[in-house]
Amino acid sequence: MTSTQAVDEIVRSEYEHGFVTEIASDTLPPGLDEGVIRAISARKGEPEHMTEWRLQAYRHWLTMPTPAWASVHYPPIDFQAISYYSAPKRPEDAPKSLDEIDPALLETYEKLGIPIEEQKALAGIAVDAVFDSVSVATTFRSTLAEAGVVFCSISEALHSHPELIKQYLGTVVPFTDNFYAALNAAVFSDGTFVYVPPGVRCPMELSTYFRINARNTGQFERTLIIADAGSYVSYLEGCTAPQRDENQLHAAVVELIALEDAEIKYSTVQNWYPGDAEGRGGIYNFVTKRGDCRGARSKISWTQVETGSAITWKYPSCILRGDDSIGEFYSVAVTKGRQQADTGTKMIHLGRNTRSTIVSKGISAGEGEQTYRGLVRIAQRAAGARNHTQCDSLLIGDRCTANTFPYIEVKNPTASLEHEATTSKISDDQLFYCRSRGLTEEDAVSMIVNGFCKEVFNELPMEFAVEAQKLLSISLEGAVG
Amino acid sequence: MLSVKGLRANVGENEILKGLDIEVRPGEVHAIMGPNGSGKSTLAHVLSGREGYSVTGGSVTFEGQDLLALEPEERARLGLFLAFQYPVELPGVNNTYFLKAALNSIRKSRGQEELDAVSFLRLIKEKLKILHLDDSLLKRAVNAGFSGGEKKRNEIFQMALLEPKLAILDETDSGLDIDALRVVADGVNALRSPQRAMLVVTHYQRLLDYIEPDIVHVLAKGRIIRSGGKELARELEEKGYGWVLDQEQAA
Repeated sequence: MTSTQAVDEIVRSEYEHGFVTEIASDTLPPGLDEGVIRAISARKGEPEHMTEWRLQAYRHWLTMPTPAWASVHYPPIDFQAISYYSAPKRPEDAPKSLDEIDPALLETYEKLGIPIEEQKALAGIAVDAVFDSVSVATTFRSTLAEAGVVFCSISEALHSHPELIKQYLGTVVPFTDNFYAALNAAVFSDGTFVYVPPGVRCPMELSTYFRINARNTGQFERTLIIADAGSYVSYLEGCTAPQRDENQLHAAVVELIALEDAEIKYSTVQNWYPGDAEGRGGIYNFVTKRGDCRGARSKISWTQVETGSAITWKYPSCILRGDDSIGEFYSVAVTKGRQQADTGTKMIHLGRNTRSTIVSKGISAGEGEQTYRGLVRIAQRAAGARNHTQCDSLLIGDRCTANTFPYIEVKNPTASLEHEATTSKISDDQLFYCRSRGLTEEDAVSMIVNGFCKEVFNELPMEFAVEAQKLLSISLEGAVG
Repeated sequence: MLSVKGLRANVGENEILKGLDIEVRPGEVHAIMGPNGSGKSTLAHVLSGREGYSVTGGSVTFEGQDLLALEPEERARLGLFLAFQYPVELPGVNNTYFLKAALNSIRKSRGQEELDAVSFLRLIKEKLKILHLDDSLLKRAVNAGFSGGEKKRNEIFQMALLEPKLAILDETDSGLDIDALRVVADGVNALRSPQRAMLVVTHYQRLLDYIEPDIVHVLAKGRIIRSGGKELARELEEKGYGWVLDQEQAA
């Protein structure tokens, strides 16, 4: 087999996690107006101020044009053709334990190789599984409760911790921020809420597995994580999705707030359906993720492994407001077939002696298009701010593209910035060297790609790093040999 | 073990090998010497299955199998090893991990049990001892940032670990100073055994001061024009390649 053939096969390998679970859904008819927003708010039993907030966001959204600056191409989205709410059948008697969960749902997790029971036992992870829009399983509540950690769905938090929601929701990503953030604020169905009290080190990794499952339903998640002074929390987010014919829009908003001396580590492994060989039917992933290092010496670290979606458009960012605060961004993004990704980060240095690190690894195969877009902004009062950026692209085959757009704005002369960028290809020499030692071409590609991504995988929690490597293998070598 | 008969191979339109014959039996060390452009590296590459060469005639049998019909990894699993003239860098790929994956893929193909981390480390330590190498190479990425000498030593170390039946050393002496050359040659000598054959491809005689061949072949213009004992190498060193070439032409 020539290496070109092998690369073609790698590139053509089909999405392995494509299947649909039959679960009866309680879904609103497609369309969006103030009535739909009131209906969503009413179904969730929200207080009046939330309904108002949603409506304000919706009215603002109506005034905004669809953004067109990203280096991605797709037909215009008909927002009236999307259904904005879908919940599993019995929201009023949500299951108390795994025994009560619809067996078809559990089976789906089994197919994905992520059995909840096993995770519970093995990793000590509390799982808040979001299946479609409403949380259906939350475990390890008691252990977390003992530590005083709140880990629940946003809808639940609206009732149990209304003061925290009121104080923090929309303060990092206001609904005026961008088109999709406004849409999300108007129609978000559910998501995760985490609050870690002062001085508490969260006793376990918190994890949510998102899955888009109801046909033709856009998913609008909202995540809010607050680490109070001196606390620490590590949050894992992982996604897979069933195979689909029509495009699905996913416009999530994630807000992180770290107060004085607090640290938040947010890790994502994303493997949504990327579409077929022509790019039909894949997920549109337009996400706003932002962390606010509000207190002095606070730290927020984003780690992401993005292998799925037809279009990925996201920039997990850090606002380094507190003096001596630290922001980090570690990313692996894979595009193959017709996948497009415009991703990167923003590091906004406001406080003194703030530090940020950006490590971005882009892998492009087939006709994949990938763009790294990053902004490092040093504000006038951010004396002594430092940034190090490293941006590497790896090309597989000769029909893919990789672009890098680093934006730098420096308004303080004491700042220090470093930027390194490389673009490389997996060479025939490398493949031959590996094969002459008895390894198949498939193993060789996987080994070289994993080596390329190592710095990022090292940042992931152990059990997630294993999963990330598995996803990378599924993405790049599934059908070779 | 290895039987090359009338081998012809092209790079693009150019015929590089023009009817080459070699017979190698277990335990033998053959040296293939020749001037630049004679086809030495082409021979090493064609035997190991590198792309970019088209075989237009002749046959190669290795361990009773048609070698040319096999993929490079199948040749490796059958017991063929190529020590590269220019070992390739694999940034980020840990050397130990790479070696373990390679050894286990070969073991698996032979129906042997794959080695776990503990037994593999024990094996590595044993091989390092035989070759008098320290373990500093193990923690680094494969060949990445290695000096010329380190790269060549790493090749020999891989050879020790994979225990091939036939090892082809492609200009292993190139770019080595005399001390590095001695370390590498000592390693190769430690791996000589009655079951293992070696094909030492070199431009200079000096490597053969350290690795003593049983048979020396002179390769010129794509063919073996002369074969003899180790004294042939010395004669070549004194009289130069012009000497055999003239004799060949006179004949």
